[in-house]
Amino acid sequence: MFEKALQGNKSYWIWIFVLLAITGAGFLAYLRQFTYGLGITGMSRDVSWGFYIGQFTFLVGIAASGVMLVLPYYLHNYKKFGRLVILGEFLAISAVIMCILFIFVDLGQPRRVMNVMLYPTPNSVMFWDMVVLLGYLILNVIIGWTVLGAERKGTPPQGWVKPLIYLSIAWAPSIHTVTAFLYAGLPGRHFWLSAIMAARFLASAFASGPALLIILALIIRRVTRFDPGREAIQTLGKIVTYFMLTNVFFLGLEFFTAFYSGIPGHMHTFQYLYAGIDGHDKLVPLMRISSVLAVLAVALLIFPKIRANEKMLALASVAVFISLWIDKGFGLVVGGFIPNMFEKVVEYWPTGLEMLISLGVWAIGLLVLTALYKIAISVKEEVEL
Amino acid sequence: MSMDRRQFLKIAGLTTIAGVGGPAVVAGMKERLLEASELVDVPGRSGALTAQRWGMVVDMSRFRTEADRQKVIDACHHIHNVPDFGNPKDEIKWIWPETYEHAFPGREDEYMPHALKEMPFLVLCNHCANPPCVRVCPTKATFKRKDGIVMMDMHRCIGCRFCMAACPFGARSFNWRDPRGKDAQGRPFIRKDNPEYPTRTIGVVEKCTFCTERLAKGLQPACAEASNGGLVFGDLEDENSNIRNKLRNHFTIRRKTELGTSPSVYYVIGGTEHV
Repeated sequence: MFEKALQGNKSYWIWIFVLLAITGAGFLAYLRQFTYGLGITGMSRDVSWGFYIGQFTFLVGIAASGVMLVLPYYLHNYKKFGRLVILGEFLAISAVIMCILFIFVDLGQPRRVMNVMLYPTPNSVMFWDMVVLLGYLILNVIIGWTVLGAERKGTPPQGWVKPLIYLSIAWAPSIHTVTAFLYAGLPGRHFWLSAIMAARFLASAFASGPALLIILALIIRRVTRFDPGREAIQTLGKIVTYFMLTNVFFLGLEFFTAFYSGIPGHMHTFQYLYAGIDGHDKLVPLMRISSVLAVLAVALLIFPKIRANEKMLALASVAVFISLWIDKGFGLVVGGFIPNMFEKVVEYWPTGLEMLISLGVWAIGLLVLTALYKIAISVKEEVEL
Repeated sequence: MSMDRRQFLKIAGLTTIAGVGGPAVVAGMKERLLEASELVDVPGRSGALTAQRWGMVVDMSRFRTEADRQKVIDACHHIHNVPDFGNPKDEIKWIWPETYEHAFPGREDEYMPHALKEMPFLVLCNHCANPPCVRVCPTKATFKRKDGIVMMDMHRCIGCRFCMAACPFGARSFNWRDPRGKDAQGRPFIRKDNPEYPTRTIGVVEKCTFCTERLAKGLQPACAEASNGGLVFGDLEDENSNIRNKLRNHFTIRRKTELGTSPSVYYVIGGTEHV
């Protein structure tokens, strides 16, 4: 089936070469980081994780959200998702690949990355994160490829795939739960030390992932002859609505606990992120944009009539995606380090090279996604037309 | 004479023990190919200082002036080839001063003596009994020794910095750039190289090791030696030790005990006459 990715019209190849060019630029920036060290980033002794780990965290959510299509389709026999489900699985593959790359570019000693497997350490959450992410990647590759292959031949998928699909449904929440545990079990990081962290992660994942899928489905309908189906997109809209509301609710719970208890350590990061501390307010504009977009998205999504308008749904989806990308891909990780362990405020902002490397990783993810979607859609067009 | 594989291995092993293999080890040490953790912790090595749980008391009454503190910091940083990049973003430090309110956040009182509030406490790795950094490390590059010292293997560290996120004391530093390099003026970051201790490579985490390399030679940690009695180092499990004597006779505090990590570094704030 792979040959389908190598056949395309002019605009397909322009898109591919644009992504390759960005990847190349990101790679050159990475070579600079490789020789100089992570000092080329904005990270410091005090904010020792930054944009890379933020992107990783956000993308684990995108990967996990594939289950929002797989579960209704396979467990509830929701046929409307039949045309979309492969897009969810392939999005998961691309997202996990980006996750792994973001971890890789964040390592100080990338050549030693195999040490995680050579010296397996079950008491480290990072070890388990590697296990669940690799497992999820393998599951989705096997399932996606087999099911699509069967569809192409016009036969039902092989019987042995079914148990793997059920396993992948249980597996999806695990990847984001374990990722939340990277943060939620650290003494002294009050902002992260919250029992609701994993739940919050899942809620934001199941809002941002399907929001991205809506955007992708609308793009696909425009640039190909394949239509994922209006009703399927509307159902995704409902999923985004409920989980976005849940996510906002969970964030509200965090605010309540911090500010009603009045415990300084619990309030500090929220103050820093949303108002600034002693004039240190680099992240405040971003966090305010995130909040405004969240309110806008909820206002658009909550009324079925507005949501039914696909243009409005698209706008709301973009708002959800950007809002949660800022919240989780930036504020959550960086905020955990501010104030630092000495209750001093040391700020962080990514550098140009850091952004370029990140763009490169995103470009690789989009390349993988484009190729996989091209294959999936070509097969579907071939079968249907 | 025929010799099977098993016999060969036996003989090879015996000659190594007998010291025939020794020169290679010594050569390796001279070339600093060996990591600090490999040089120490040799059980039964004669003259090595041993303990069940090493700990330290920082007696603030002995650190009245900046010179008192700087002497200790310089002793540590020189002996361990700690680089000085001249900027806070890349900073690496093993022992350094923090004022009371930053060393003990949440513990400052509204009307406490100004002198105490501004007093620079020497802070370092606490060598916690229950260290979160060890718990989170995905490669066991940071580990707790039997004598309670939380140690680093700089050759195994992948530089993921999970330990830095997990340490509640900000005790860990990362090599954001090459510590063996030079600044724009051509000045090396390690001002005066100590050939007896390994330098680090780019992209690994480092911190205080309670001078395991000196303990193995029967020496006190460099900071304690330079402190003129301000830093009391000893076995917390031995009730006849100096450190236990100090703890028996003084009111001491530790940093962030509410987190349950159980730091092994104690602070004597000093009587009122010192404040």
